Amino acid sequence: MSESKKDITIVCFSGDFDKILAAFTMATGAAATNRKVTMFFTFWGLNVLKKEQGRKWLGQGVMAKVFNFLMGGCKNLPLSRLNFGGISPSLMTGMMKKHNVATLPELIEAAHALGIRILACEMALHILELERDDLIEEVADVVGVATFLNASENGHIIFV
Amino acid sequence: MKFLDITRETCPMTFVKVKLALAKMEKGQELEVILKEGEPLENVPRSCEEQGYQVLSIDACGDGKHRIMIKK
Repeated sequence: MSESKKDITIVCFSGDFDKILAAFTMATGAAATNRKVTMFFTFWGLNVLKKEQGRKWLGQGVMAKVFNFLMGGCKNLPLSRLNFGGISPSLMTGMMKKHNVATLPELIEAAHALGIRILACEMALHILELERDDLIEEVADVVGVATFLNASENGHIIFV
Repeated sequence: MKFLDITRETCPMTFVKVKLALAKMEKGQELEVILKEGEPLENVPRSCEEQGYQVLSIDACGDGKHRIMIKK
């Protein structure tokens, strides 16, 4: 039975398309093979959780608005290498579809369906002047590092 | 009985689709899965057994494909 399997917590710090893809691949694979999985999104990783998938002037101050606009949402994640001005993620998605590999939106949907716990970093939200309402409904909670550490006690922590 | 062909799926959607299909089924129902040898064949039955489901049979059906029957 699955009791002996360790829980897995994946820290999604990076907002790079390829790294987030790796994070969701590990997360869904682990959840599907009977492991309890938590994903903790902080800093650039928060872009994945924004309700607005494109570029939007979120936040109050000028700096926050500019940062949020430039970072964009889930549809603006850059490839960590060979981004070619932002066209690479769609080229990569095309290649993935060609080879029948799950795309990022499919993996995110699977993560929700598998009941993977999605947490957002309170501090990073605060810096970027984002509210809970700016994030997708699937976010279970907005938490600090102590809660994240409690969730990952006795389990594996993977930092992406 | 439910049917699922994951021969065209790649990791991790092979496990994910089987897990989600089983989650939607009633206890006692059976699921027929067609999968490829290698990782899916090695891990899908094991993963189902870990969840307490019964793997009734595993049969080769040619071309590197296998048919497994799982009872929830």
